[in-house]
Amino acid sequence: MAAGVAAWLPFARAAAIGWMPVANLPMPVAPTNKNKHQDELIILNVSGRRFQTWRNTLDRYPDTLLGSSEKEFFFNEETREYFFDRDPDVFRSILNFYRTGKLHYPRYECISAYDEELAFFGIIPEIISDCCYEEYKDRKRENTERLMDDLEDNKDSKLPNMTFRETMWRAFENPHTSTMALVFYYVTGFFIAISVITNVVETVPCGSTPNQRDIPCGERYTEAFFCMDTACVMIFTVEYLMRLFAAPSRYRFMRSVMSIIDVVAILPYYIGLVMTNNEDVSGAFVTLRVFRVFRIFKFSRHSQGLRILGYTLKSCASELGFLLFSLTMAIIIFATVMFYAEKGSSSSKFTSIPASFWYTIVTMTTLGYGDMVPKTIAGKIFGSICSLSGVLVIALPVPVIVSNFSRIYHQNQRADKRRAQKVQKARLARMRISKSGSSTAFLHSKRNGLNQSLELTLPYYKMKLSPQGSLEEDQQMKKTTSLLESQHHHLLHCLEKTTNHEFVDERLYEQGYLQTALQNFPSRSPSLSSEEGITGTCCSRRTKKNMQPLSATHTHSHTHNLQELSALHIQCGEQQPLNTSRSSLNLMSDESGSLNCKSSGLVTTAIISIPTPPSNNSRASPDAPPPPNPDAPPLPNPGTDVVKISAL
Amino acid sequence: MGIQGMELFAIGVVIILFVAVLKQFGILEPMSLEDSSDSDLELSTVRHQPEGLEQLQAQTKFTKKELQSLYRGFKNECPSGLVDEETFKTIYSQFFPQGDATTYAHFLFNAFDLDRNGSIRFEDFVIGLSVLLRGSVTEKLNWAFNLYDINKDGYITKEEMLLIMKSIYDMMGRYTYPSVRDEAPSEHVEKFFQKMDRNRDGVVTIEEFIETCQKDENIMNSMQLFENVI
Repeated sequence: MAAGVAAWLPFARAAAIGWMPVANLPMPVAPTNKNKHQDELIILNVSGRRFQTWRNTLDRYPDTLLGSSEKEFFFNEETREYFFDRDPDVFRSILNFYRTGKLHYPRYECISAYDEELAFFGIIPEIISDCCYEEYKDRKRENTERLMDDLEDNKDSKLPNMTFRETMWRAFENPHTSTMALVFYYVTGFFIAISVITNVVETVPCGSTPNQRDIPCGERYTEAFFCMDTACVMIFTVEYLMRLFAAPSRYRFMRSVMSIIDVVAILPYYIGLVMTNNEDVSGAFVTLRVFRVFRIFKFSRHSQGLRILGYTLKSCASELGFLLFSLTMAIIIFATVMFYAEKGSSSSKFTSIPASFWYTIVTMTTLGYGDMVPKTIAGKIFGSICSLSGVLVIALPVPVIVSNFSRIYHQNQRADKRRAQKVQKARLARMRISKSGSSTAFLHSKRNGLNQSLELTLPYYKMKLSPQGSLEEDQQMKKTTSLLESQHHHLLHCLEKTTNHEFVDERLYEQGYLQTALQNFPSRSPSLSSEEGITGTCCSRRTKKNMQPLSATHTHSHTHNLQELSALHIQCGEQQPLNTSRSSLNLMSDESGSLNCKSSGLVTTAIISIPTPPSNNSRASPDAPPPPNPDAPPLPNPGTDVVKISAL
Repeated sequence: MGIQGMELFAIGVVIILFVAVLKQFGILEPMSLEDSSDSDLELSTVRHQPEGLEQLQAQTKFTKKELQSLYRGFKNECPSGLVDEETFKTIYSQFFPQGDATTYAHFLFNAFDLDRNGSIRFEDFVIGLSVLLRGSVTEKLNWAFNLYDINKDGYITKEEMLLIMKSIYDMMGRYTYPSVRDEAPSEHVEKFFQKMDRNRDGVVTIEEFIETCQKDENIMNSMQLFENVI
């Protein structure tokens, strides 16, 4: 039912009396209005901004939040109003939907924020009215494209565990991944250039000997050029075969444009090898040489701009088609007219309509060679009209193509910028902070605060171990570690205890993994200064000390024991490390605990020395008794061979 | 001769282009521009304000609050204060999405538009509603008779009734069970006339109508059906 005209329903029902006298059957009973209250105003308080409307207005759409009894959940008894903790600006549009029956999408609003609000209030976006629907769809499409870009970027930072084939393919597609790939990229680029230049120079007439006319260089130095050609083709062939080998889907690769270009570029050479110096075939062979120029298209792998151009042309296919079609129409029209106009004049170059095509094309594109000119008055008039219209017809579809190109180009620029390392790192850091603030706080509280990019403060452990800390410090701790955070940390810790694993930061996990992958040999890392402390007993938890994190807000140095929690995971045996974390490796020898490795063979260290701040005056005061730390990571059960010791 | 013809043709083309350019500059302006702007002006200046609340209260049987509520709904759909026939048809059609309610809406419009000036003001609207919802049974029957009597001559002829009946069946649309046959309206009209037309003179007068309806229990019951709509 059209809820927008709900106000007229009483009228429509009243008008039904007109059917009564002619009715065949008795009428059904009318529904009674149980809550026969007078229409009342209800107050909707959205983040402090009060909206008021009639209750009936909201009841028009009973399958949304405001129209159903779901809004009772938000009813505030004391103030007798419905309170929603949402964006008041977007709520305006939503309330207008109830009032007018039309949902509008304000242009200044962010698309995802708007979508969220709609989802919260139970309104489906498809009912956005026509005036705003297109805009909404465009923005939505842009947003999803951007998200897809994001996903692809994230996929780039691929995990380890790739086969050799996959590594190769990745190296081919993205030359920045490793030095080998870069080298390969430049070498192929160089040879493409060489090959193209060779082709060009081959035809230049160089040095005429006195008894002969100018012969092109190709015929003078045949062997040299042949060698050059051979070398280039070998490189190209090897490259093609390597790509073919590494491609995840060989069939798809063979059908892709780039591979076809590769094949076409090297085929003439092989055909030339196969073909003998047969006279009638060599004509065709010469034609084939033309295809060698396709090698220049191989540059499109190297040049982003070229790829964008190609992609643009492909996406503007309809505009190009229209351009072509209209040009053809105009050419035929004008050629006909010119032919008939010039028919009478003697010695006219316009011998036939197809002959006039040449004139028309040259005139419409304003080239004006002048090899064919009209001589009659009519011809000149029509010729001028032709050139004027030519300018117009060609100029019209060009802006569309240009705007398409610009859009695609900017999209690519954005992706490139984001791919740049620095931005990525900062962005990941930002994302990490915003998305998992509490988890980083938790992790941060477990390792030392040496991470410069994440300037979070205060490990929560400090709260637990307050006895040694100074009073003000504790107060500061309490200020920044809210009850919410501590409860959350406790929860995470319970989970750790349950599963007997620990949370670590994903970045460190990766780093650690790579490190272990590289260092997987039975050696002892010299950076482990606690090596001397490795004895045979089962690992015991050492005293943890708080360490002052590097946040800028805490410039004052404390001599109190700050606990630093960083765990050094030692992998015993051949097991892959389950998780790794960073440690600051200025281990105090007097704090070294004992470490047990079941299989005494391999000790692989997972990580890295991170430059510790020189102002690390967090020496554990020797008299600090190791407080019973309920949150200490669990003793390893015999099942796992990962042993953790806390490093200081 | 060929040359002659082509030159003439060329000159003709040049003249046409010349005229086109002149038109662009507005020198040979066609006269149509003024009309459209004027007609635009006309519609937007027409606005109607209803009589005061007290007068309406006196004329109808609605309370103040009811009148307020009615006016709000009325003004929401027709901000100008007047409902013309097209708007009326659009609004009414929205309640019957399956069929075509425009014909019946046309008759309804005429029934509401008491002074036959082509638009319903709020007063007409409210007075009509007052009769329908708060009036006596006789008044309602009067109203219904008025609706059926298309040319307002005091008699309902078979043709008029047939038109009304057809429009009612149109509102049902095509997808009904059982399907509406083409003869259904006329059969219904026959039945109606058999019931109503006492003296078999082919027309139904107001007295016949009211008398028959008062005797029919179903009709009397259904008249009370919409008492509490507001």
